[in-house]
Amino acid sequence: MNARTFHDARVVETADVATGIRRVVLEPPAGARRRADPGTHLDVRVEVPDGDRGVRPEVRSYSVVDSSPDGSRLALTVHLSPTSRGGSAHVHGLRPGDVLRCTGPLQNFPVRIGAERYLLIAGGVGITALAAAARTLTRLGAHVDLVYAGRSRDRMPYLADLQAELGERVQPAVSDEGTRLDVDALLARTARQAPGTEAYVCGPLALLDAVTHAWRRHGLPSTALRYETFGSSGRHAAQAFRVQLPALGIETVVDPGSTVLESLQRSGADLMYDCLKGECGLCVLPVRRVDGVVDHRDVYLSEDQQADGGSVCVCVSRVAAGPEGREPLLVLDLP
Amino acid sequence: MTELDVPGRVTAKIFPYPLNAWYAAAWDHEVTAKAPVARTVAGRPLALYRTQDGRPVALDDACWHRLAPLSQGKLVGRDGIQCPYHGLQYNAAGRCTSMPAQPTVNPSALVTSHPVVERYRYVWVWPGDPLLADADTIPDMHQMDSPEWAGDGLTIEAPCNYQLILDNLMDLTHEEFVHGSSIGQAELSESEFTTRHEDDGSVTVTRWMRDVEPPPFWLKNMRDKFPGFSGRVDRWQIIHYYAPSTICIDVGVAEAGTGAPEGDRSRGVNGYVMNTITPETDTTSHYFWAFMRNYRLESQLITTQLREGVHGVFAEDEAMLVAQQRAIDANPDKVFYSLTIDAGGMWVRRILDRMLAAEGRSLPVPSSTPSQVTS
Repeated sequence: MNARTFHDARVVETADVATGIRRVVLEPPAGARRRADPGTHLDVRVEVPDGDRGVRPEVRSYSVVDSSPDGSRLALTVHLSPTSRGGSAHVHGLRPGDVLRCTGPLQNFPVRIGAERYLLIAGGVGITALAAAARTLTRLGAHVDLVYAGRSRDRMPYLADLQAELGERVQPAVSDEGTRLDVDALLARTARQAPGTEAYVCGPLALLDAVTHAWRRHGLPSTALRYETFGSSGRHAAQAFRVQLPALGIETVVDPGSTVLESLQRSGADLMYDCLKGECGLCVLPVRRVDGVVDHRDVYLSEDQQADGGSVCVCVSRVAAGPEGREPLLVLDLP
Repeated sequence: MTELDVPGRVTAKIFPYPLNAWYAAAWDHEVTAKAPVARTVAGRPLALYRTQDGRPVALDDACWHRLAPLSQGKLVGRDGIQCPYHGLQYNAAGRCTSMPAQPTVNPSALVTSHPVVERYRYVWVWPGDPLLADADTIPDMHQMDSPEWAGDGLTIEAPCNYQLILDNLMDLTHEEFVHGSSIGQAELSESEFTTRHEDDGSVTVTRWMRDVEPPPFWLKNMRDKFPGFSGRVDRWQIIHYYAPSTICIDVGVAEAGTGAPEGDRSRGVNGYVMNTITPETDTTSHYFWAFMRNYRLESQLITTQLREGVHGVFAEDEAMLVAQQRAIDANPDKVFYSLTIDAGGMWVRRILDRMLAAEGRSLPVPSSTPSQVTS
């Protein structure tokens, strides 16, 4: 069984660790035990309300906050969101002895060894993705600062534990105590004093936005800022659109489940590509015309290049209908 | 109690090396902020260098792009290294920070950066799973940089499996035969010795030779501390092994009958032979050694004399190890047998075997074990 396989883990312990935040300790079955490295999460099958039809199963991702070395116990920590679509309510309803269907630990947010300094920025329950990293990096002798922001201490799980373990490395920023996190000042200081810092962020979208903007504003290197995205899905939902490659006399439709590259290859175009993840840039083609909006889903083109619209990574990027409501169309040239 | 091992299993001739362990990759002075150095540790080719603020770094020595060796590149910026082929740059965490001919950097572009600790005049690297590294498990070699000790050492690039060197150091009866002109004497193989192993993975072999003639090396050392000394001595060798491959040997002689075996070494001279052996490949090793002493600390002359003297002694070991490895290679169908003098080395082998098992890399059961061999 690989890490992605769903299995039934037994709930062995539940506890409220902050206001509206519950810790749930799981015991995976013997064959499914894997060490959970810092930054890993479980995909969990939850039941969410579905109108009059009762409930339907959905999958949510929750970080593993701590675990035993042999993977026999994994702890999740879940905030009962008032705007929850039902996933957090499901987890909050679990009692010892219950079963939770979940994957093994999956890694989207690995910690790299060897940076000059580490700045971990957690907002509220976002601490779950960073607590283990803070502990591990400390044990490795790395220079770690854990900036932990929250509205009030009672909404900041594990704060006291982490302070007891990591001492001065933990820097709480508590809004109702007048120590609200000033992201701009923090990153200005980082840029001035320790530009070799590698930063990891986990928290509400507002925190992530503030950090990414300040990070760029202070000229810190983009590769040294890490956050978890749980998969990049673009700004627009995938829809069907037409694509033309006049140089080869090709016109075809890209359906929601396939890519421009796949559709053109199927129509006989012989195109160069490699990573299929929007990273390497080998598949980039010049854009002649767009009806609609290009949904750039790559990380190869710079923001300026994406805004300019002159080229597109055909392995991942798509076109969505524009406000004018015309049928979306992408006309490409060969390089 | 655990089940008995198959005879011959831990007497593997080519012993695999644990990966989840600290190994000395280099002397501190070899790793600089001027240029990277290439060094293979436990089968991993590494590029070693220092950041501008002096922190040692160990990156896999192969660029993410087309695997060109980073160790042939140059150091750039505050903590970076540049690939010599297409100029990709990496920081100390192994993250690519610059790619040629494009404004962005592929976020997947990484080389592994290994845990590194500088301690006891060595740069230690953990070649295995970085998340298991714990600097507290670096073996105790405090004599290397303590103000109470003085000395120096060198590196032997030994063309043999690392375990052959551990065997060599865990049993010093070979001194009588290999080092007859310096430290060897017949009493080495005539005297009793004890072998103890501890739960923390250390092994101690203790041998006292009472009321013996000091061999030339030790007579010279006694005279450095006690000018004009002559007469007989009590001689000791206390071998301390720390997993996976560090052996610190407490050695010395004291005027016979002045109480050294009971703990009073004031009428003697004490040295520590510091050895840490880093497997490079299955059949090559970096053998870092030093000889430290706790008397006449001010004398650079004695430091240099001892380093050169021990260098000469260890050249004799090296010649034997080379010849032994050659004979092993030339006799693939033959196996090792053990003597009582191998007790220390056999404990080392068993400890290493357990470390390998913990990594899921148990030693293979030999195809021809001693019990099956008939003549």
